[in-house]
Amino acid sequence: MTRGTLLLWVARHALGIALALMFLGPLVFIALTALMSDRQALTSDLWPHTWNWGNFAEIFEKAPLLTWIGNTLLYSVLATAFMLVSSIPVAYALARFRFPGRRLALLLVITMMMLPPQVVAVPIYLIWARFHLTGTLWPLILPMLLGDAFSIFLLRQFLVTIPREYSDAARVDGCGEFRTLVRVILPMARPAIAAVALFQFFYCWNDYYGPLLYAGTDLDNWTLSLGLAAFRSVHRVQWNLTMAATLLAMAPVIIVFFFAQKVFIEGVKLTGVK
Amino acid sequence: MATTALRHKNPGRGNLRALLYLSPWLAGFAIFFVYPLVSTVYFSFQRYDLFTLEPVGLLNWEYFLKDQAAWTAIRNTLWLVVVMVPLRVLFGLGVAQLVTRLKAGAGVYRTIFYLPALVPLVAGTLGFVFLLNPGTGPVQAILSAVGLPAPDWFGDPAWSKWGLTLLGLWSVGDLMVIFMAALLDVPKQLYEAAAIDGANGWRQFTSITLPVIRPVLMFALVTGVIQTLQYFTQAEVAARVASGATDSAGSVFTPGYPDQSTLTFPQWLFQQGFRDYAMGYACVLALVLFAVSMVFTLILLRQFRGLGQDIDGEDI
Repeated sequence: MTRGTLLLWVARHALGIALALMFLGPLVFIALTALMSDRQALTSDLWPHTWNWGNFAEIFEKAPLLTWIGNTLLYSVLATAFMLVSSIPVAYALARFRFPGRRLALLLVITMMMLPPQVVAVPIYLIWARFHLTGTLWPLILPMLLGDAFSIFLLRQFLVTIPREYSDAARVDGCGEFRTLVRVILPMARPAIAAVALFQFFYCWNDYYGPLLYAGTDLDNWTLSLGLAAFRSVHRVQWNLTMAATLLAMAPVIIVFFFAQKVFIEGVKLTGVK
Repeated sequence: MATTALRHKNPGRGNLRALLYLSPWLAGFAIFFVYPLVSTVYFSFQRYDLFTLEPVGLLNWEYFLKDQAAWTAIRNTLWLVVVMVPLRVLFGLGVAQLVTRLKAGAGVYRTIFYLPALVPLVAGTLGFVFLLNPGTGPVQAILSAVGLPAPDWFGDPAWSKWGLTLLGLWSVGDLMVIFMAALLDVPKQLYEAAAIDGANGWRQFTSITLPVIRPVLMFALVTGVIQTLQYFTQAEVAARVASGATDSAGSVFTPGYPDQSTLTFPQWLFQQGFRDYAMGYACVLALVLFAVSMVFTLILLRQFRGLGQDIDGEDI
């Protein structure tokens, strides 16, 4: 290594470490504040004088966190399951069938994907009000039975990359179209399916706009995001507890990410072997 | 070809099959797109507060032209589109460029830089407001220590949108991942040839890297604009927390704190439709938002015909 390249190496890593500190800083700050006493949280101190692990127990007494977590899980799991059941066949047809209007269908999927949810909010809200489902999370879950444009588009982009020879071979072996999809294409599309499932799950877990619109004023129907945004004011609780709840809301996402990073890389490896 | 013959044995039956597979989405398209859009146009000429429906002609549309808050919201949303979106793309590109050059530990760096993009929006916003709050976070102390101005970010109308921009830069990980993939796709031979010709790092970047990844950058810009037209959660939560608004009975949360400086267009729409129940007027705002986002969606569709390459590699 010459002196020039060594200097460049040092400079790059110095920049990398500085950036890493900036990206991690807010997370560390939240974690440290979550452990402070309520009075210390209101100072600009960085390091807790005393480590108040009890904060994490206290937040469960201050707010119906378990109910909120349950609601959020229900929303995320059902929406993801419904999305997969409805979107996979649509993506499959868009990627692999030849039929008149498929270009238009794809353009409309992209248009729907790009549509701000607020544009159609009023009439859709009125539909759910007519079925007396406002004040619940069902208006966010049930539409997933009719496909999700973003997931359809992403799956479709992956499914077009699987060569026709695979489905043709299955058909020669006597598989019908549906069995070809289930037996041949779906196993090959596992990485893409895992990806859209995770995206959907994270989207629901983090969603604030949807529950704000539909969950209503009854705290028992709230999600974690909704409760967290109002956490400090509703119960007039302290910042340290708010940060403890914030950390709690982040934890599952971060844990799933570390787990899912592996799943993802494994999936990519699998497609590479062929 | 035998396989082609197999596929086209019975086109009528094939179309029916396509219809069957597409049916969930077709129903969704009709119920959650076509119907609400037509209905929104209808409601935009009505006064509707969930109880009484009254046709008012162009009144809602005339009100829109005079609605000061709506224009403030448009200005704020434009600010975010013009400032935050390009900054995120530039920053994302810079970080991606750095990570692809860091051989040792690239995986660890990538994970750390990506992590904030996954943090729930509400949680991230709460943390940021508290972090940047002069009394409670270290940021102000650090800035004053090095002699920089130390603003009251989310409490000062001149700085609140910059606070949101910082939050946007912090969660730049999604763009970083997209740009890293694009940078690693640039053919190595191009750089080798340029090095032989004596082109230095910056010249290589402008004459090779940029032209090759230009479509990816454009895609990120256009989708960034469309996402920012929907910008809602961060502004709502930041204003709510910074203002100390309560949700208890008798107190009303007004978005935009401080001084309407963080009021975005979707927030104003939500406020009109679902807090003030001026649903007819909210539909006018919805149609304005629809028109603007359609312009950018059309740009996207025109620029990226490759989005629609079919299984046989043809543009569809």
